[in-house]
Amino acid sequence: MLHLKELISFFEDSSLAETIRENDLLFPLIESVHVLAICLVVGSIMAVDLRLLGLASVKRPVSAVTRGILPLTWGVFVVAAASGGLMFISNATKYLGNGYFIAKMFLIGAAGLNMVVFHFISAKEMPRWENETRPPLPARLAGALSILLWIAVVACGRWIGFTMQAG
Amino acid sequence: MSGTIVGDFSGWLGATSLSHSIQTAGWIIPTLQTIHILSIALLFFSAIIVDLRMWRLLQRDVPLGDVARRFLPVIWPVLLVLLITGSLLIVGEPGRSLLNTTFYLKMALLALAVVLTVGLQWSLSSAPEFWEKDRGRRMAGRFAASVSILIWCCILFAGRWIAYTQVG
Repeated sequence: MLHLKELISFFEDSSLAETIRENDLLFPLIESVHVLAICLVVGSIMAVDLRLLGLASVKRPVSAVTRGILPLTWGVFVVAAASGGLMFISNATKYLGNGYFIAKMFLIGAAGLNMVVFHFISAKEMPRWENETRPPLPARLAGALSILLWIAVVACGRWIGFTMQAG
Repeated sequence: MSGTIVGDFSGWLGATSLSHSIQTAGWIIPTLQTIHILSIALLFFSAIIVDLRMWRLLQRDVPLGDVARRFLPVIWPVLLVLLITGSLLIVGEPGRSLLNTTFYLKMALLALAVVLTVGLQWSLSSAPEFWEKDRGRRMAGRFAASVSILIWCCILFAGRWIAYTQVG
């Protein structure tokens, strides 16, 4: 734990972190980029989830839907993570003391795990069912779980803003 | 700001019992904002995916008309949810937006985005090949797509900026 603390203060004391903390424009700017990127991450993932649930894009095979959307998802996820990382280092200790921040990180991890599980287990037989309007139960479950997790991620993100205001 | 029409209206709105309820229950505003952001996610993605298709960056194997038919109609019901949650947020904290130039900028940009999207949807539903007939049309389509992306990004930025430009 000592090493973790040192690592965190290394980032927090860096001149980059200090600049973000002290510049009036930089934080809102990074935050706006973060919101923009998160919106595209969540919007694009939900479009795929709705296909898995059989509620949208049902005339297209699942793999065609993901191929047309996920490259965007990954690109904007990198932007969201980078902008989020910059906000984090500007006030790392306070973020780590914020329950909603911790919850948000775990929820993103859970969403990632859900995706990995789907990809390596349920999606293996995808060629068999991907043309069906209503995919099999495991796929629908993965889609529903993903939607719920991302809603919770956004909610936690918003709640961080209300519980960190002390500055 | 009292004395001006907007100032008086803002003051009156803030004194209503609905506004009072929204203000006193601490969870209502973050909840409304969460619904608002999730709706923006759906709307913004739907608009952007069509714009990116016009640039031929995504969904190349699908005709533009099909992409537009799949994603653009999503925008309108979601916009309704945004108007409702946005209005409730204004009722809860009238001064935050009604007395804030950034808010009016956001609304003006939104009007522009709506006009552009209606135009895009109309042109693609009446003639699916409209933007792909020749080189000139393709370039014009890419220009319109770029303007659309830019305007939606500005709307999102303005939305976040309302929090930083409120008076008092």
